[in-house]
Amino acid sequence: MDSRRPLAGWGRTSPSVATVHSAGDDAELVRLVTDAGRRGVLARGLGRSYGDAAQNGGGVVVDMTTRHRVLSVDTETALVEVEAGVSLDELMRLLLPRGLFVPVTPGTRQVTVGGAIAADIHGKNHHVDGSFGSHVVALDLLCADGTIRALTPASELFWATVGGMGLTGLVLRATLRMKKVESAYCLVDTERCSDLDDLLRRMAEGDDRYTYSVAWIDCLARGSSLGRSVLTRGWAATRDQLPQKLRDRGLEFRPKQLAVAPPIFPSGLLNRASVGAFNEVWYRKAPRERRGEIQSIAAFFHPLDGVAQWNRVYGPRGFLQYQFVVPFGAEDTLRRCIQMLSDTGLASFLAVLKRFGQPSGGHLSFPAPGWTLALDIPLGAPVLGDLLDRLDEEVMTAGGREYLAKDSRLPASAIARMYPRLDQWRDIRQKTDPNGVFTSDLSRRLGL
Amino acid sequence: MKDAIGNVQRVVVLGGTSDIALATLMRLAGIRRGVQVTLAARPGERRAAATASLQAAGMQVSEVDFEATDRTSYEHAIVSCFEAEGDVDVVMVAFGVLGDQERAWQDVDAALELVQVNYAAAVACGVLVAEKLRVQGHGAIIAMSSAAGERPRRSNFVYGSTKAGMDAFYTGLGYALAKDGVQVLVVRPGFVRTKMTTGLDAAPLSQTPEQVAEIIAAGLAAGRHTVWAPPTMRWVMSVLRHLPRSVFKRLPV
Repeated sequence: MDSRRPLAGWGRTSPSVATVHSAGDDAELVRLVTDAGRRGVLARGLGRSYGDAAQNGGGVVVDMTTRHRVLSVDTETALVEVEAGVSLDELMRLLLPRGLFVPVTPGTRQVTVGGAIAADIHGKNHHVDGSFGSHVVALDLLCADGTIRALTPASELFWATVGGMGLTGLVLRATLRMKKVESAYCLVDTERCSDLDDLLRRMAEGDDRYTYSVAWIDCLARGSSLGRSVLTRGWAATRDQLPQKLRDRGLEFRPKQLAVAPPIFPSGLLNRASVGAFNEVWYRKAPRERRGEIQSIAAFFHPLDGVAQWNRVYGPRGFLQYQFVVPFGAEDTLRRCIQMLSDTGLASFLAVLKRFGQPSGGHLSFPAPGWTLALDIPLGAPVLGDLLDRLDEEVMTAGGREYLAKDSRLPASAIARMYPRLDQWRDIRQKTDPNGVFTSDLSRRLGL
Repeated sequence: MKDAIGNVQRVVVLGGTSDIALATLMRLAGIRRGVQVTLAARPGERRAAATASLQAAGMQVSEVDFEATDRTSYEHAIVSCFEAEGDVDVVMVAFGVLGDQERAWQDVDAALELVQVNYAAAVACGVLVAEKLRVQGHGAIIAMSSAAGERPRRSNFVYGSTKAGMDAFYTGLGYALAKDGVQVLVVRPGFVRTKMTTGLDAAPLSQTPEQVAEIIAAGLAAGRHTVWAPPTMRWVMSVLRHLPRSVFKRLPV
């Protein structure tokens, strides 16, 4: 079924109108790709990219979420084969009871496997486990010429596809190596850090002992409190670590949606005053130090999933997420960036810092060893554009880069500086898709 | 592609030497360097000067010949504006002539020139541009209307009648293109001190091109369909519009 309608990213900025096509079987998708018009084809999953990555104005957008079957599960090897439209939420609900957890989860379960591959997503365990693409054993890619290629990490097209933002073809199926777990819970340590130095020191010293680590930063804190934060780190809990009453149903996973945000919020609700108050409370309510707390996977990894459509809280003007990584050793850049944010007083109630480990091998994959900071910022402040342009310059000068799945505003000139392997990726894409069948608003904006 | 902040990458101006158009370009495309701008205008000194000033502001400027009284010319111009690589984010329909009011209501040629440029060509260009933007599935049209179209006045009703017509067309075009992701912003300035109005006495609430540009940029970012410059002009014209004829005709407007 086709329909022409506007599509936006999760930040609800710069929508464009495309012909949306619900994905049918392989043969139908082959026809769709080989009949593509001048404005091309793009796969879309659950639309959690913040910017224009899953939009294709004037072209065809294939809604892949209709293809969400789990094709095979091997609990011995932890290998599962799935259709690309299956969400991490569905995988967790199905497979956690069988002792298998997704190898990497972002801050939401509402992403598809296809999208996870295209953005080479990361989670709180990147410093030890790497990104999603490192756990993909094989994938089927529908290419521009209508052929379906079975790819493994041995092929360069595989790595052009991992992190390739959907621009090499349609990922149809993938085989993932899951993580074996004994429970659907985590053992969590929480610490309050008084300033940025305190935080960076604790992370650098302690992160390697933990599988999962993330820090929430109060970006509005100033002066000697600059960078005050709450650090939460943990491990998957073993069965023995669970309290007695949970042990027999330790693998149950039935997270509930608590609420749906209605579309009534005005723009500007999340401002300096409201976010400042939130940050103060959030910081104060965190324990100075707490060890060994048992938290469910949903509470630890996906707190925002409890409220469906939470992006509406930002109002009709929408918001953006700014996420960059700078290499270890560029702590001064990180500090300057946080200082610049604090100085302008731009409200960000979601600001998280993580340490990245080894990259996956994707040409356009975002994670690289270093510090990554992600901020949600409402649109509307006139200074925002200029501030982010200046942050870009800081990030690039330090040899860092920004995350394409979050990006909604980078200029085309920045990309080659941020992604040194862009030319290699372009060569591969040119070979497999010489006419640029697979395209997106993001690729047009950035001239990818 | 216009981005989340509202930065544009490619802008086309039909009537690319108008003061308001240039001020709007500075406001929209002067923030980041390298924005591509196409000036569709009559060749000559004015276009060259416009190009030079925009280049000095960091824009990549290309020129296309455009003559609003010549259908072949404007059809060709619009095709070539959309030929270049990359989507067009904004098309500004900024051409127009004020004409000589006293001649225009008594001389067929003078009247038809106003009609041809301000109405017929504006409508034709709207049709052509709309088709191109629909294909992209995004984009915006800025249509330079005028407060003069709101109620005919003795002093400029021929000009006002052409602007009333083009205003109605672009307002309607906005409805028609909404489902294609294309925004149409109709701009209704009052008196603006530009080369078009040189030699005229400034009316109350007069504006500079920069002030109008600011209002246009804000309206574009907010997804508006009509803006007045200055915003109070809306209420002034609304009052004027509803005055009984017996009162209105005695006003010195």
